[in-house]
Amino acid sequence: MKEQDVPQDAALFEQWSEIFYATDEEGNYVLVPSRGWDPANLANIQAWDVIREELEQALDEIRAGRFSPLYYHMLRFQMNAGLLAGYVGLSRWRVKRHLRPTGYAKMKQDARENYCRLFKLPEGGLDLLPERPQLPVATDHQE
Amino acid sequence: MSIALNSKFDHHQSAHCESGVTSNLLRHYGYEVSEALAFGIGSGLFFGYFPFIRVNKLPLITFRSGPGGIFKKCSKRLGLKVESRTFRDQGQARAELDRVLEQQIPVGLQTGVFWLPYFPPALRFHFNAHNLVVFGRDGDDYLVSDPLFEITVRCAASELERARFAAGALAPKGRMYWISATPEQLDLQGAVRKGIREVGTRMVKAPVPIIGVSGIRLLARQIERWPEKLGSKRAIQYLGHTIRMQEEIGTGGGGFRFIYAAFLQEAASILGVDELEGCAAEMTRIGDRWRQFALEAGRICKGRKALEGSFHELGDILRDCAGREEQLFRNLLLLVK
Repeated sequence: MKEQDVPQDAALFEQWSEIFYATDEEGNYVLVPSRGWDPANLANIQAWDVIREELEQALDEIRAGRFSPLYYHMLRFQMNAGLLAGYVGLSRWRVKRHLRPTGYAKMKQDARENYCRLFKLPEGGLDLLPERPQLPVATDHQE
Repeated sequence: MSIALNSKFDHHQSAHCESGVTSNLLRHYGYEVSEALAFGIGSGLFFGYFPFIRVNKLPLITFRSGPGGIFKKCSKRLGLKVESRTFRDQGQARAELDRVLEQQIPVGLQTGVFWLPYFPPALRFHFNAHNLVVFGRDGDDYLVSDPLFEITVRCAASELERARFAAGALAPKGRMYWISATPEQLDLQGAVRKGIREVGTRMVKAPVPIIGVSGIRLLARQIERWPEKLGSKRAIQYLGHTIRMQEEIGTGGGGFRFIYAAFLQEAASILGVDELEGCAAEMTRIGDRWRQFALEAGRICKGRKALEGSFHELGDILRDCAGREEQLFRNLLLLVK
């Protein structure tokens, strides 16, 4: 890739740039900052799109009483029960209980605080759910 | 209490985190080792397709060697002494980091990406093999040289701790590493040869068909079957995932092929072997071919191209990459014998 061909498709990096290796006119390698590249941006946004879909489904299922609000927060942090259990120091079995409405209602106060701390929520924030999933990137789906 | 290195840490932005950390640490001790050189000596280039290992329900495709290898191999081949530690206890990990920093030694850390507050939110995924350098502490903030960023940043101790003890696959367990003794003179030539030999062997002589050029060919065959095997939606997800592994931040473009070309260029003058210049140029062309793969794959993902037939075109590009890489690495193996 030539220096002047280094893509500058800004989308994800905010104020930052990444480094690309490209060749100058003599064919020598130089380091060139890049604001991003469309195919890579697209692939990244696609990954967020999958997360958004999961979160939408999760909100529906929580409203239908099949899962507890914890389920939404877990997915928003891109976790599964095993990973979440690792972070809060509980068994996976217990986390799975908390993911169900009945287990969630019986959850102890310190477990609740642990989850809040991990998800950076204020006290009682675990119960609050948004209308629609909130993501750090705008995923546009024209279809 | 604050700890700061006497000399300011000389931060250079780089394309890949681990080779960047290695190069920045070496430069701190006065050795002019570029990122590309560190990447090459540490045998960073790789190809592996592991359909039976899943990352977020997607097959593991990797263009780089396993985490930790670049720093370890590079420093060993250059004759440096390094120390490395992991921890069970977070308090201990923090105390040890402070202890080493107090001796004016910059420290490399393996961390998760997800918890680093200065990362753009769109890039925060659970990837646990990120590397950065901590070179001081100011009150409750650590001073961080993260090679993916243009400038040094600050990171609150509590956030850094979370990143050091990220859970899940490749959990860093607080891993920290630093250079503890340096030789008078680096054996650059020997190190470069060893670095090339390992990558060459791995790429063309791997005993399993999922690594090296045979791995690329396997991916080529499988990609052609994705639409019928997975259905169009999943096939497109798989394709997007392949693009990410190849092109997302930290690769320098073209699945590390361009960094490697830059390394071969440096290797030509270090070893005084002119043919390596030609190899570097060919590696660049191969990198361009990988970019073309990503571009075409992106078009399919965007729905700009019909699925039918396009996956075969992708397979053809991959086979072309495999064939050219095979020839290149066989050539390289002869040149550094």
